Amino acid sequence: MNGLLEFTLLIAAGSFLAGLLGSLTGLGGGVIIVPLLTLVFHVDIRYAIGASLVSVIATSSGAAAAYLKEGFSNIRVGMFLEVATTVGALCGAYLATRIPTAAIAIIFGLVLLYSASDSAKHDTLVPIQQRSDPLAARLRLDGTYPTRDAGLQKYHVRRVPLGFGLMYVAGTLSGLLGIGSGAVKVLAMDRAMSIPFKVSTTTSNFMIGVTAAASAGIYLHRGYIDPGLAMPVMLGVLGGALLGARILPEAEVRALRVLFSVAIAAVAIQMIFKGLRGNL
Amino acid sequence: MSAPHHGLSEKRFESVIGMMLRVGVILAAAIVLVGGVLYLEKYGAVEPDYRLFRGQASDLRSLHAIFGDAALGHSRGLIQLGLLLLIATPVARVAFSVAAYISERDWIYAAITLFVLGILLYSLSSA
Repeated sequence: MNGLLEFTLLIAAGSFLAGLLGSLTGLGGGVIIVPLLTLVFHVDIRYAIGASLVSVIATSSGAAAAYLKEGFSNIRVGMFLEVATTVGALCGAYLATRIPTAAIAIIFGLVLLYSASDSAKHDTLVPIQQRSDPLAARLRLDGTYPTRDAGLQKYHVRRVPLGFGLMYVAGTLSGLLGIGSGAVKVLAMDRAMSIPFKVSTTTSNFMIGVTAAASAGIYLHRGYIDPGLAMPVMLGVLGGALLGARILPEAEVRALRVLFSVAIAAVAIQMIFKGLRGNL
Repeated sequence: MSAPHHGLSEKRFESVIGMMLRVGVILAAAIVLVGGVLYLEKYGAVEPDYRLFRGQASDLRSLHAIFGDAALGHSRGLIQLGLLLLIATPVARVAFSVAAYISERDWIYAAITLFVLGILLYSLSSA
């Protein structure tokens, strides 16, 4: 590499692509940016997760503003589950500073594999539940979302404790790996709590910024956030994600998702392999 | 729950939160961009080195020091200030929610959001 200017521009371009693909496939930019920085640019994984975490906050906040307008996000569900994700994120950030980087690489690879397989088979529809849990009723978690032909569709929230527990795991992974862990958050909301897909994805995005902010202070204090690296990553990912959100409604993403999942799986295996050999 | 007045205030609540997030991100990105241009102007020809983790210099790791550095117009301090603003955006969103739930006398959610705010401030105070 020839100097910082070229390096920075290359990273900005790569981050733009990561943000674009992350938003089109629903995987998020973080799961792409960390392998990109470590495997392609040979950046230490701690700087990589620091830069990624910052970009995750940017895309979450940027997209949440648009989603809130559309009326899909369930703010109560988001606020309530943030209790679990922020506690998890604190634990994850502390763990990140204590376990060896090789172990982080391996865990990252495994999460990546899970996200890739999950993204390939998305589109499953959760049937609308007739009743909600007593706990969900007490917390008034039920909500509505707009549909094209039937107006506002009501839905009920189930299995709150299970969803809450899974959210703690999502938060821990987010703090440990510097990613949004959208895949785990969506799992908790649509599979466990029976929240409709569009609501769970937008609410997950809404929560990601707060979750990431909970570990960002610790990352900053430990010196994981390098301004020279975080700058092109944050600007690139944010730009890519905003463009992705704009073209998403018209884009044919099914084929892209499958193709991309295969690529991500290959990257995941490489990260696990490098982690096992201890040279990451 | 479906009283029209309540529905209206919920809508307003969402639009204020949405606006806070948008303004925070735009402002943060602008500061990072300015800092980035200054940074590349000064260090553009230097050899990049991120292979080894050394952490950051102490002036880029604490809130107090970042403010001082940015005030002097140092490029790395400016970028870090923008990133700090970005991190503060969701924190401000939660703080606003606490106030909104208290004013609605929704004590359960006031307590929930207050707890989350506590966690966020704890994390930031370690910086």
